[in-house]
Amino acid sequence: MTHSGKATVTLPSDTEILITREFDAPAALVYEALTTPELVKRWWAGKRGQVDEVEIDLRVGGAWRYVMTATGGFGVAFHGEYRELVTGERIVSTEVFEDPDGQWKADPDFYAVNTHTLTEADGRTTLEVLVEHTKPEHRDGHINSGMEEGMQEAYDALEEVAKSLA
Amino acid sequence: MARAATTTDAFNAVAEPRRREILDLLAAGERSVGDIVERLGLTQPQTSKHLRVLREVGLVDVREHGRQRLYRLDGRPLKPIHDWVQTYAEEWDDRFDALDAVLEQIKGKERGDDSNDAQR
Repeated sequence: MTHSGKATVTLPSDTEILITREFDAPAALVYEALTTPELVKRWWAGKRGQVDEVEIDLRVGGAWRYVMTATGGFGVAFHGEYRELVTGERIVSTEVFEDPDGQWKADPDFYAVNTHTLTEADGRTTLEVLVEHTKPEHRDGHINSGMEEGMQEAYDALEEVAKSLA
Repeated sequence: MARAATTTDAFNAVAEPRRREILDLLAAGERSVGDIVERLGLTQPQTSKHLRVLREVGLVDVREHGRQRLYRLDGRPLKPIHDWVQTYAEEWDDRFDALDAVLEQIKGKERGDDSNDAQR
C-alpha cells in the first residue's frame, strides 16, 4: 500500500489530542510539506475548504498565520508562533483560532501548543501531532460538532467499546 | 452554559476512571456486583454508587437472576462520544490524504522528474 490511510486520534488527557499518521515519504519531505507556504496551501484545508493565505516565518519566535475559506463560504484564520524547530524532526508551535466571536482576544489562555514529531523508518515517516489545550473546554470546543458542553473525557478504551457494540 | 450533571450525560458519567473500568469489565460480559467488587478491588458501596450513575445514563442494564442482580453494558449512549472522536479523525484523514498527494509530487521533483508542476 502506497498510502497509509488512516489517522488515529487518541485523547491522552482531558486537555490533549494526539493524532498519528504514517506517510510514504522521508521525514525531510514531510517537514518540507509542513513548513513551506506553497505546499501547506495545498493540503492543510483537507476537504473543508481552501487555504487562501499562508505566512510562515520559520524560526524560533517567528509567526505563522493561515487563512482559509471553508466550504460554505465563511473565512477562518489561525495563527501562532514557533517555539522549537528541529529540521526534519520536530516543530513546536502555538495555535490560536481567530474566533470571529472574539473569544481569542478576550481570553489569553485561548491557544493550543502543537508538537509535531517526525520519525523516519525505511523511508517512511510517522507523524505525531500532539495538540495541548490550556483548558479542557477549549479542547472540547476544538472538536465540538454541536454537542452539549460537559464532554471532558472520551477515552480510547471507550471508543473501542463503542465500536465493538456498533 | 453549565456543565451537564453527571447523571444525565454519558460524557460525564465516563469521566470517572473507576466507572470506565466497570464498563471495560462489563464489555466482556454480564457481571454481578460481587464480581465487580472483587475484580476491581472497590468497596461494595463505591461500586453500587458507580453502577447507579451508569444506570441513570443508560450505560448499564440490570436484571434479576435468582438472588443475584446482574449488570450488563449497553453501549448505545457511548455513540456520541465515538462520533465526536470520529468526526475529528475524519478531518485529519482528509487533510493527510491531501498531504500524501503533495508528498508524492515533491518526491518526483527530488528525483529530478520535472514533468509535474509542483509549486515550490
